[in-house]
Amino acid sequence: MLGQIAYALPFLAEGFALTLWVSLLVVVLSLIAGVVFGVGLVYGPAPLRWAVRIFSDTVRGIPILVLIFFVYYGMPAVGVHLQSFWAAVLALTLFKTAQVVEYLRGAVASIPKGQSEAAMAIGLTFRQRLTYVIFPQAFRRFLPPWINGVTDAVKGSALVSLLGITDLMQAINQVIGRTYEAMPLYILGALLYFGVNYALSLASRRLEQRFAFIRE
Amino acid sequence: MATTSDNSPALLDIAEVSKSFGSVEVLRSVSLKVAKGEVVAIIGPSGSGKTTLLRCVNFLESYDSGSIRIDGKEVGFRDGGARQRRSERDLAAMRAETGMVFQGFNLFPHLTAAGNIMLGLTKVRGKSSGEARSIADHWLGRVGLAHKADSLPAELSGGQQQRVGIARAVAMEPKILLLDEITSALDPELVGEVLAVVKSLAEDGMTMVMVTHEMAFARDASSRIVFMADGGVSAVGPPKEVLAAETTNERLRTFLARFRASQF
Repeated sequence: MLGQIAYALPFLAEGFALTLWVSLLVVVLSLIAGVVFGVGLVYGPAPLRWAVRIFSDTVRGIPILVLIFFVYYGMPAVGVHLQSFWAAVLALTLFKTAQVVEYLRGAVASIPKGQSEAAMAIGLTFRQRLTYVIFPQAFRRFLPPWINGVTDAVKGSALVSLLGITDLMQAINQVIGRTYEAMPLYILGALLYFGVNYALSLASRRLEQRFAFIRE
Repeated sequence: MATTSDNSPALLDIAEVSKSFGSVEVLRSVSLKVAKGEVVAIIGPSGSGKTTLLRCVNFLESYDSGSIRIDGKEVGFRDGGARQRRSERDLAAMRAETGMVFQGFNLFPHLTAAGNIMLGLTKVRGKSSGEARSIADHWLGRVGLAHKADSLPAELSGGQQQRVGIARAVAMEPKILLLDEITSALDPELVGEVLAVVKSLAEDGMTMVMVTHEMAFARDASSRIVFMADGGVSAVGPPKEVLAAETTNERLRTFLARFRASQF
């Protein structure tokens, strides 16, 4: 039994690497898009605020799985054909972006209005106010839910296996299909997912402590 | 101290400024000129528009009509007839010409006392951080906090925080310093140290407009007192005149009587 699993290890490692790659892409892309749209939601003109609000509420109200199928199977109907890999990344990124928007909005809203006013009063421009006054303070509020979201992204990436993409989950299922060793393989998979997420939450705790000097 | 007459050039020229929040008229055609080096105290009952007026001067609040000029330059709107709001960059540059000290201090909690002062100097005034640091140290010395330069706001008392707030504003070398009830959030025993700093700035010739409830301080430190009621200027003049008990201004007499009663 162990021999068979050992034989499959390189294959599993490839799946694991793909899981990490998908997660990383989704986390980075959703962070960028979420911060941009989040700033739009808090400070933008009314039409932009409305657009972001509708996007965020809609996407958060749909199961990720539906979103993945929609992007992969639905969008070709309007002429958009994506490879299964990119369809999966896009769907997961949309979902994460909607969450990042909310984390950012909450974190920025928690900064007292007087901070912006004091920054305005010394002549800082909008961008400078965000960079030097608002974001450094909002960061501490943003971090814990965001890291939670990152671990969700790693776990959620297992859904891409449903598009036939050979991520860790898919690799495990295929090896089980050949070896019928379900239990040890699922335990191995669980340990790998857990290991990544545990490392993330440790890193998050470190970061939070580093920024704990900011009041509250 | 300088006094203003109609022909002396005004550093700050507020002309017929009106503003409404919905159906409530908070400023009714307010006009006020402040000359360079003058210290003007604005007093009045709460809701009389004092703070709103002050916040219009550095355009933290917009206003519906009238004009506010500093050194002849319109603060919030572009020059020329149309009331077109200045660009973000222009507004920032205009705001850098005024300093403001807030009732709630509003220090940046993630920066040290020196860091609070240095932020505007480096990012707005373009000074090197070494230069900014020595300016910060100079002003922290002036407000008696040289030894607290590297403390975070949370490590300072209210009075100390407010003195850093003053240092942060004056380090930018503003043309006018705006003080918005800067001792109202302080414990009574901490008020004196903050007012002493303001007084020394006045003696240096800093032009100041302050909204205050400290009547004794307004009397001693200001060159003119403006009494506001119901969004308008109800009385204006030298402290002795405005605070005289025998004033014929009904609103002012009621205000002063209530104020005197609360003091004893």
